[in-house]
Amino acid sequence: MSTVAVEVVYRGIFQKSLARNIVRNIVFAARKDGKIGTAFGRYGDSPERNGIPAKQFAVVADNAEELEETLAQYEPTEVDVTINVDDTLCKGVESWAWYGLQPINQLTKPGGTLIVTSRQDADSLIRDMHQKDSPIGLSILKSTVSFSGLWVYKDDHTDVRVLGNLCNVCPQLVSLKSMLETIREQTGSETKVASAQKAYDTATIRQVEPGEGNPEIPYSFVLPGWKEMQEGVVIKAIEAGGGFRGGEGGYQPVRNEVFKKYSTRSMRPVINFETCIKCTLCWLQCPDTCFDVTPDGLYDANMESCCGCGVCEAVCPVPDCVTMVGEAEFEDNNSQWEMWQKDKEGYNSWMTLLVDKQKSETRTHGFHHVGGYAEEIANTEEVS
Amino acid sequence: MTTVETQLFQTEQEELISGSEAIAIACALADVDVITAYPIRPYDTVMQYVSKLKADGVFDCDFIVAESEHSQFEIVKHASAVGARTFCGSSGVGWFYAFEAITVTAGLRMPVVAMVGNRALDDPGAFGTEHNDALAVRDLGWMLYWVATAQEALDIALLSWRVAEDPRVLLPMAISCDGSFLTHSQAIVNVPTSEQVRKFLPPYDRGKLQLHPDNPITIAPQVNEDWLMEIRRQSDEAMHRSVAVIEEAYADFKKTFNRGDPSAFIEEYMTEDAEILIVGMGTLALPVRVAIRRMREAGKKVGFVRIKFFRPFPTEELQRVLGGVKAVCVIDRDYSFGSPSFAGVLFHELRSTLYPLEKRPLMLNFIAGLGGREIHTNDVNHMVDIVQKAIDTGKIEQEATWIGVRE
Ligand code: SF4
Ligand code: SF4
Repeated sequence: MSTVAVEVVYRGIFQKSLARNIVRNIVFAARKDGKIGTAFGRYGDSPERNGIPAKQFAVVADNAEELEETLAQYEPTEVDVTINVDDTLCKGVESWAWYGLQPINQLTKPGGTLIVTSRQDADSLIRDMHQKDSPIGLSILKSTVSFSGLWVYKDDHTDVRVLGNLCNVCPQLVSLKSMLETIREQTGSETKVASAQKAYDTATIRQVEPGEGNPEIPYSFVLPGWKEMQEGVVIKAIEAGGGFRGGEGGYQPVRNEVFKKYSTRSMRPVINFETCIKCTLCWLQCPDTCFDVTPDGLYDANMESCCGCGVCEAVCPVPDCVTMVGEAEFEDNNSQWEMWQKDKEGYNSWMTLLVDKQKSETRTHGFHHVGGYAEEIANTEEVS
Repeated sequence: MTTVETQLFQTEQEELISGSEAIAIACALADVDVITAYPIRPYDTVMQYVSKLKADGVFDCDFIVAESEHSQFEIVKHASAVGARTFCGSSGVGWFYAFEAITVTAGLRMPVVAMVGNRALDDPGAFGTEHNDALAVRDLGWMLYWVATAQEALDIALLSWRVAEDPRVLLPMAISCDGSFLTHSQAIVNVPTSEQVRKFLPPYDRGKLQLHPDNPITIAPQVNEDWLMEIRRQSDEAMHRSVAVIEEAYADFKKTFNRGDPSAFIEEYMTEDAEILIVGMGTLALPVRVAIRRMREAGKKVGFVRIKFFRPFPTEELQRVLGGVKAVCVIDRDYSFGSPSFAGVLFHELRSTLYPLEKRPLMLNFIAGLGGREIHTNDVNHMVDIVQKAIDTGKIEQEATWIGVRE
């Protein structure tokens, strides 16, 4: 019996068409190979929210009965290939479909492959990924992460390049010939066929051994039984807040203990505490009540709650006081204000570095989309 | 993508589509005149695809996005009265919000075809599949069908207009599709040509019942007890007649399109020598079939009956198939709180179906997969173990068991 399953992990809305193109073309190509397949998005993730991690799957089998065997479990328990089209999701996946953090490689079967579109190197991606007790291959498709909006699709060849790469790392899925024919038929573009072929020719795999990667146990919690749950669909309110870090001054809300947001965001705000004029706007407008008010009246964004929407950056009246920076730059969720307190000079130069880098970077989020295109196209050409 | 739109309907096509998309394509093939919509998940996937077909110029219809589900169903009811072929649909509480319009549609004998994207009823707000929404019309004169695959969704939609609009029937029909499993996953579907569909599906002709200036009539006057019971009896008779019409139409369907099951009403899987028969509706067929294949390999005589038409209910067929077995294992993706056995809706229907038999099988009920929770092959094994124990001991410890609920 041979059934091959592929998942695409992507950012909701911004990468939906990208993910859909990938899974559908897999099934079309499989048909050309005389196989049968199905493509589906995980229901729990939809309707999608801007940037919230989501999944789509493609399952290919030799015949209908084999396909049924696999689909008896709707969401596959393991996949041959995980395709991650946003490298920041190497830190883990928090979707709408469940609470908690799922390692990016959780479903990747032993000996399977994780394809990541990224401009980072293998070491920094592996640092982000949770450890696994079996080896998998990491195939980095060198590329600027492809983001678009709700109404537009950025046709930067990421879909066909992923598909070319996929045929190399997972030859048992579909043949390159059928894939190229499918791309030709579906897009009518010889340049895209060439892009896929090139990605096939240049694909690499780096083995990731057990013990390599982030040793943390991913955040999760136990779901209660029906007798423990309060009746009437009633849940207890979260208590009101108190002083900053439990002290006298400032203010810190009590937060939901089980619903945290880490990989929900692809960017986070970095605050310049020196230029902040304490106008309260970020604190008022943040949809997720992220800001803790420090005893000195400054606003510290709490990274257990931030969904990375960028509203704080948009409303802050002081130029460059709040800057959204790509998640790849961060290794922890520590308090920026505490860092600044400990070593102001050190913090300021770290922050300036990040802000400057962001200006030349192309990462975008919902509120930060306009204007990035020209450079992005240049970047894509440079890396491909 | 160029493939779907330009070649669709001229030649037979293989498409990679969801159950919702399959129904939207059926609307185009059947050349539906009026479609109304109001968004609610998972039904909204149909309206998205109808809009796309319309925007692409493949399909021309009056596509009306109403301001609520109630208006949505009122509009098609009226359109149906003037002779338009109609389609609409909803899910969960949206379907319930339209309920006043839904009851009168059947009462007035309007052959509206609706899709119910099965969804848990609020509260608590949830998106996953549960069958209680669609089941709520079971007593009202709606024909009611449960689909298991995207291909079946397309096929049954075509059959729906043919049966509903038949002058011997003139009753509305609801096509129930499990949210997520059917509405949101894409499978390979054979799409027939418009030519084939035209042969199978005659135009809708309401005859003397059509509201038209040339045919002055009044529809739905207020009546009192002198009239009402006779009107109800007419609906009852139409539902009786629908059985033969469905059989006839399904036979013709199989001839025209070269596919279909032996029976329009039920699907049998490994029933022949079975001692235990599992009965259920919708997409749970998939894990059940796989579990049965494995049990058969281990020598267990288990089979499956999928009920397709819930209304009209296939009583005689079920009596024939279920009559001889040792035990019947009914899976309900629904609930009926406080019902005779504190069990599911399907269970009670089946028990009353089997009651007149001389030799009645043991009957056990399993409530499973509520709110879209997956029913796994292991769950099916677990149910069959419980049933086997009842057979061995000759004793039913508990009629209804909840499967997969966290204790
Ligand atoms: S990006 Fe800013 S506004 Fe948005 S959630 Fe995070 S802290 Fe709040
Ligand atoms: S909006 Fe900007 S200036 Fe105002 S309090 Fe927040 S960080 Fe300071």
